Amino acid sequence: MSDTSQRLSEIVNNSDVVLFMKGTPLFPQCGFSSRAVAILEHCGVAFDSVDVLQDMEIRQGIKEFSDWPTIPQLYVKGEFVGGSDIMMEMYEAGELQALMDEAQVAKAS
Amino acid sequence: MAMAADDIEAMIRSALPDAVIEITDLAGDGDHYAARVTSAAFAGKSRIAQHRMVFDALGGRMGGALHALQLTTAVPN
Repeated sequence: MSDTSQRLSEIVNNSDVVLFMKGTPLFPQCGFSSRAVAILEHCGVAFDSVDVLQDMEIRQGIKEFSDWPTIPQLYVKGEFVGGSDIMMEMYEAGELQALMDEAQVAKAS
Repeated sequence: MAMAADDIEAMIRSALPDAVIEITDLAGDGDHYAARVTSAAFAGKSRIAQHRMVFDALGGRMGGALHALQLTTAVPN
C-alpha cells in the first residue's frame, strides 16, 4: 500500500462520515461539492471534510483509492458511497438517510 | 477542453446501444452538462456500478476533458 493510500485509509476509517470535496463546507469551491455538503446537512449528520485542493496527493490519490474519477466523494464507515449525483439520488429515495441510520452515525450538533 | 453533447451521447451509446440518453447543456457553455441515461444493462447493478459503466463509456474523460457532468442513471420501466 502506498503512503497516500495508507493515509486515505486512515482518514476514511477514523471518522464515520467523511466528504472529500473542493473547498470547505462553509466555502465550497465547486457546485458539486456545495451540493454534497447541502445533502449531508439535510441528513442532519456530523461529518468531517477533506479539502482536496489543499493536497495534490490526496486529490489524485482519492480517485485511485475509490476508482472514481470525480470529486466530491462520500465515505460512510470506511465504505465509498458515491459522488454528489448518487448522494442526491439516494437522498431523494430516502436511502441515504437509511444508510446513516443503519450505520448509527452521530447527528450534527 | 470542452466536449460537444453529441460526442458525449455517441460515446455512451457505443457502450450501451439500447440506452435512452438525454443530455442538457446546463450553462450553454459546452462544458457543464446533465445526462440522464436509461438502459436495461443497469438492471440489478448498484448505483456506483451503473455510474462506472457510463464513466467507462466516456473513456477516462470524466473529471478531465469532461469537467462537469451531472449523471442520472435508470433502468427502463
